[in-house]
Amino acid sequence: MNDFRLPLGTIVEGFIDWITDTFGFFFDFIRAAFDGAYELVDFLLVTPPFWVIIVLAAGLALATRGWKFMVGTILGLTVIVGVDQWENAMDTLALVLVASVLAIAFSLPLGILAAKSTVASNIIRPILDFMQTMPAFVYLIPALILFRVGVVPGIVATIIFAMAPGVRLTELGIRGVDREVVEAGQAFGASPWRILRQIQLPLAMPTIMAGINQVIMLSLSMVVIAGMVGAGGLGADVVASLNRIDVALGFEAGLAVVILAIFLDRLTAALGTGDTPLGRILAARKRRSQQALAA
Amino acid sequence: MTETIAVKADRLYKAFGRRPHEVVKKMKAGSSRDEVSSLGTAAVIDASFEVHRGEIFVVMGLSGSGKSTLIRMLNGLLDATSGTVTVAGQPITGIPAAQLRDVRRKNISMVFQHFALLPHRSVIDNVAYGLEVQGMGREERLAKARTIIRLVGLDGWADSLPSELSGGMQQRVGLGRALAADTDVLLMDEAFSALDPLIRREMQEQLIELQAELGKTIIFITHDLNEAMFLGDRIAVMRDGRIVQIGTPEEILTDPANDYVAQFVQDVDRARVLTAASVMEPVRAVVTTTGGPRAALRIMRDFQTSAAFVLNRDGSFAGVVRDRDVLKLVKAGDADLRSIILGDAVSVSPDAPLVELVEPSVESDLAIAVVDEKKRLLGVIPRVTLLAALGNVSTNTGDLPVIEPAATISVSMITETLRETALEGAAL
Ligand SMILES: Nc1ncnc2c1ncn2[C@@H]1O[C@H](COP(=O)(O)OP(=O)(O)OP(=O)(O)O)[C@@H](O)[C@H]1O
Ligand SMILES: [Mg+2]
Repeated sequence: MNDFRLPLGTIVEGFIDWITDTFGFFFDFIRAAFDGAYELVDFLLVTPPFWVIIVLAAGLALATRGWKFMVGTILGLTVIVGVDQWENAMDTLALVLVASVLAIAFSLPLGILAAKSTVASNIIRPILDFMQTMPAFVYLIPALILFRVGVVPGIVATIIFAMAPGVRLTELGIRGVDREVVEAGQAFGASPWRILRQIQLPLAMPTIMAGINQVIMLSLSMVVIAGMVGAGGLGADVVASLNRIDVALGFEAGLAVVILAIFLDRLTAALGTGDTPLGRILAARKRRSQQALAA
Repeated sequence: MTETIAVKADRLYKAFGRRPHEVVKKMKAGSSRDEVSSLGTAAVIDASFEVHRGEIFVVMGLSGSGKSTLIRMLNGLLDATSGTVTVAGQPITGIPAAQLRDVRRKNISMVFQHFALLPHRSVIDNVAYGLEVQGMGREERLAKARTIIRLVGLDGWADSLPSELSGGMQQRVGLGRALAADTDVLLMDEAFSALDPLIRREMQEQLIELQAELGKTIIFITHDLNEAMFLGDRIAVMRDGRIVQIGTPEEILTDPANDYVAQFVQDVDRARVLTAASVMEPVRAVVTTTGGPRAALRIMRDFQTSAAFVLNRDGSFAGVVRDRDVLKLVKAGDADLRSIILGDAVSVSPDAPLVELVEPSVESDLAIAVVDEKKRLLGVIPRVTLLAALGNVSTNTGDLPVIEPAATISVSMITETLRETALEGAAL
């Protein structure tokens, strides 16, 4: 019995080797593209003085939730500046934004596909389960081999880890749209694409936004792990503080992560409900102009 | 001839489950629904019918009898497992999806039980939805939607969201959306079932008005017999996936094809469904104004009735005379019946529902006259006949004598009077 050994690990290793040899150029291309995207976003966040970014964030906060959220945002971001983690926080934000946008860009179509086809759903679901439950460290290793040390393996690992709720909640949202309303679209001769665009996506939006919120939160939770492979930002400081048993640095970097998390969570949650102060103002204005038109 | 047929279903079958085609094959070979239940559910079995243009065709049946499945095959929301559906002369079964969408845009639209409005769009955008799908420009379709909104009585609500409307109003939006699409055929699946009874009746009446105005072909699903009887020009009764009878409301009510239908129609509100024409009796005691009082008296004696119906010389209905008055007239030697014709005789049109006859029938013991638009006397409805019809007692079970108001003057007295006056006349 002791001789029985499945050589799964060796097989995967061989597979990864084969991939690196055969598709090296492809991974180089991805590496360049992700790296470029990250550098661009990071540049936009780091270059302006911190107060410009705080004012922009405060504006967003006011538009989405109102003045209380705005005050909270200003306070929180000022604390980050105060503990001297601003630049790290912006690096991390850039990583989270790029990884989330990419994760969402992959998960939406997959979710739509899974909602439209039961076969696709049955194939996608176990893969997602696998991706989400496999410890994130594990796919850091192939990511490191394929993309080398730096921010890109961090982004890739984050995308894989954070994608699942995006796909799941997109599928759930679309499947949850009232069947009769979809039938109404069909009964009036709308094409599947039009039904998706005008009925399914808008009605599934709250659920999809909950998924997007989850994607962003999971991305943030990956920053420390990304820091381990050289992604920089707050994660790198947390890792460094671990190595040096530096409580002060660890706390300050950790606090900055929490503040970013709360800000992003509230922001996307407000967008998810579809009921924002700005939205209300726009709706009221639109209604007034329509009434003027009708009169 | 096909021009007058809006929708045609020919030997339609629909089975759900793992092996639908096998289910249908077995059903065609004579298996029963239960025998094939392990392979799947036979939801619609061998349904054939034709719906004429401008007709309200009602499909009625208990829950689970396959009504929704049937109506969804008529616009291809469900694929028929076997059989063909023809809409506006072109078959829609087995055609490519794009072509089917075209038929839905141009020929056939639908109103849903739970309204199925787009909740994130205003009333006017909902009403204009069909036109939008048809590719009509924004200005044009909103203008058209505005007239439809007025038509269905939603003036002033154009910019509201569906959630701000009551159920009845939401279904008006649903109806408006279907009307705006301007298709000849409207499918309505339990469209009024989610509404409370008063609103429901109001919507039914409005639907009939709209139908008369716009001449749409309507296929209406309901499990409510009263609704079926009220709306339907013809009714198809479904049971366990099969259509067991197709007929006019009166045919279904007075001549149910089997016990199932008979049981179904047992508790219908007959007063609203049956019309004067369906229960009227042939007129027996009838005289003409020129016939004179003696003829009237003799007829009343022969039929043993206290009143006779009087016709003018052109055959139109003049009124009723009573035996007492005629007797006096005869005794006085007067020859003109017109002086004693009672003005309070009630006459109704043949399509008046029985509910409208109850009151006059209670107020007067005279039979009600049924006359057509040229005032020709078609038949009469004595009070007992009316009561029998309302009480669900068959009135046409054979040659049972129909009881009419009994004569108030004895036969011998009439005979005597007739003899006396005859002798006087002879003496003159
Ligand atoms: N998608 C489906 N899959 C499997 N079985 C179905 C499906 N749709 C309907 N059925 C079955 O087909 C039969 C007829 O259903 P259908 O919905 O047409 O009935 P109905 O007359 O419209 O009933 P109701 O008055 O409840 O709406 C039922 O036995 C139902 O269980
Ligand atoms: Mg149904």
